[in-house]
Amino acid sequence: MTVASDLGAGPAAAAVTGPAVRIRDLRMTYGDNAVLRGLDLEIGHGEVVALLGPNGAGKTTTIEILEGFRAPSGGEVEVLGVQPVRGGERWRADIGVVLQSWRDHAKWRVAELLGHLGDYYAPYSEPERPRPVAVAELLGWVGLTDRAGQRIGSLSGGQRRRLDVAIGLVGRPRLLFLDEPTAGLDPHARQEFHELVHRLADVDGVTILLTTHDLAEAEKLADRILILDGGRIVADGSAAALSREVAGHTEVRWCAGGERSVHGAPDDAAAVAFVRELLAGPGPEVTELEVRRSSLEDTYLAMVQRREQGR
Amino acid sequence: MRGLRLGLRRGWITWRAVNTTREGLANTVFWNLVPLVVLILLRNQQLEGFGVSATAALLPGIMAITVVFGVMGIAYYLANEREDGTLLRAKATPGGMQAYVIGLVVVAALDVAAGLLIVGVPGMFLLSGVPVGSAVLWLGLLGYLVLGLLACLSVGLLIGSVVKNPRTIGGVGFLATAALSALSGLFFPVQVLWGWVQVLVQLFPMYWLGLGLRSVFLPAEAAVLELGGSWRTVAGLLVLGGWAAVGLGLGPVLLRRMARRESGSRVEARREAALQRA
Repeated sequence: MTVASDLGAGPAAAAVTGPAVRIRDLRMTYGDNAVLRGLDLEIGHGEVVALLGPNGAGKTTTIEILEGFRAPSGGEVEVLGVQPVRGGERWRADIGVVLQSWRDHAKWRVAELLGHLGDYYAPYSEPERPRPVAVAELLGWVGLTDRAGQRIGSLSGGQRRRLDVAIGLVGRPRLLFLDEPTAGLDPHARQEFHELVHRLADVDGVTILLTTHDLAEAEKLADRILILDGGRIVADGSAAALSREVAGHTEVRWCAGGERSVHGAPDDAAAVAFVRELLAGPGPEVTELEVRRSSLEDTYLAMVQRREQGR
Repeated sequence: MRGLRLGLRRGWITWRAVNTTREGLANTVFWNLVPLVVLILLRNQQLEGFGVSATAALLPGIMAITVVFGVMGIAYYLANEREDGTLLRAKATPGGMQAYVIGLVVVAALDVAAGLLIVGVPGMFLLSGVPVGSAVLWLGLLGYLVLGLLACLSVGLLIGSVVKNPRTIGGVGFLATAALSALSGLFFPVQVLWGWVQVLVQLFPMYWLGLGLRSVFLPAEAAVLELGGSWRTVAGLLVLGGWAAVGLGLGPVLLRRMARRESGSRVEARREAALQRA
C-alpha cells in the first residue's frame, strides 16, 4: 500500500481493484433521437471485448463516451474508476485510443511522431509498466520497421491504420479502445493485426474494447461479444454461448417430387422427429435433404437486415 | 516546464516537416521574396525632406505584415488540424492540449522569423537611411515584434476557433487580413482614407504594430507624417498590450471549448464534408 502511494498511482491503483469499465443505465440522445437507451455493462481487467452491431447501433457513441470525448445524456460511467469526462492527464495516460480515421501529422515522419508522442507518457512510467514503449519495438509490433523514416502522408491505407494502432499503444495503456480497427486492411494485414491483439491481451494484460461490424472478426478476437442493436445490448457472452443462446430454431429443407419445402423446428429434437416422419411418410420420395441449425451469424444478419429495412 | 519543452519540440518538428516539403519551402521563400524585390526596386526613391529612402518607410510596414500573415497562419493550421484529427490526437494524449497550443505559437513564430530573416534583415542593410548601428532600433524592433506577435495571435486564435472551415480561412480570411493590413497604413498613409476607416483600423493591432515599427526605423521628425503628428507610443503599447492580454486570457478558454467538442465522429463528419466539397 505504501509502495503504491509512493508512486502516486492514485486513480490507477484504485482501478486495479474495480472493473476496468462500469456502465449503468447509459443514455444518449441527440435532440429527439435516442441513440443509447439504457446500457448496462461491466468489463473486467484483461478482458478482450468486441462491441458488435450494425451501423448506427450506437457503437461509436458508446466508445466515445468511454474515451471521455463525449458527455452522456444520462446514466453512470466509470472507466478505470474515473468518470471519463472528468478524467485528468494521469487517467488519460492509462487509455489508448485508436479511432476510425486519423489523417493527422501527414507531413511528419513515422518514427518522429511515435517518438514525440511517447515523450508525453514518460512522466507516467511505472516499474511494472514502463512508458513509453520504445519506437523500434512499436514499429516491430505493427510491421512498419522499414517505414520509420517515411512521411506519414505517403503511407498506404493499411500502413496508416497500423501506425494508428502503434500510436494507441505508445503509452502502454491499461485499457485500449479500437474503433473498427481492421477497416481498410487487406487479409494479410488483418491476420497480423489479429495476432497483435492476441499478444497484447496475453502478454501485457491490456483490457481491450473494440468495435466491429464483422462477426467473424469478433469471434476470432474477443473473449466476449456484445451485440448492440437499437441503443441496447441485445446479447452478451462468448461466441459459443451466444450461438447456443440466440440460435433459436433449426431449419429443415427438402425436395420431394420436384417440389422444394422448408420447415422451421423450435429445437434440435423437434427437427430430428420431423425428419424421421418425413422420410417414413407416404408422400413422394425425398430426393434432397438439408438440416441446418441457425447460427449466430444468421441471427446477426437478420438483425442487420431488419435495421436496414427500418430506415 | 515539461509541457513547454514538448510544445517547443512539437512546434519545431511541425515547422521543419512543412518546410522540408518542396511546396512548403517554395511557399515560405516565394511569399517573402516578393516584398524584398519590391523594396530593392524602389530603393532609390526618397521620402521628401527627411533624408531617408521611401523604402525605409515601407520596410516597417512589410515587417508588420510578415508578422500578421505569419500569425494568421495559426487560424489556418487550427482549422485544418481540427479537420484532420490533429487536435483530437492532442486531446487523447496526456498533456497534449497544452503542448499543442504552445506548438502552434512556435510554428507561427518560426514562420514570422523566417519571413523576417528573408525580407527584414537584408532590407535593413540594403536600404539607405535605416539606422542599423543603433541599439534603440534593434531593441525597439525586438520589442514591437514580440508584442505584435502576441497581439496578432489573439486575432488568429479568435478567428481559428470561431471559423470552422479551413478553406474559408484560406480564402476570405486571407483577403480580409490583406485588406485590413492595406488599410492600416502599412503601405501608404491612412490619412488618404475616409475618416471612419481611420477610426476602424485603430481598433486592430496591425495599425499600431506598423506605427510602432516606423517609430524605431524613422527619424523623430518623420512623426509629422502620422495621424496627430505623433508616434503615440503609449497609446500603441496599450492597444497592442490589450490585444495580447485578450489572446493570453481568452485563447486557452476558446481552445478548451473547441477541444471539448472534438470526437472521432465529428472529425469523421468533417472529413466526409471535405470529400464532398472536393
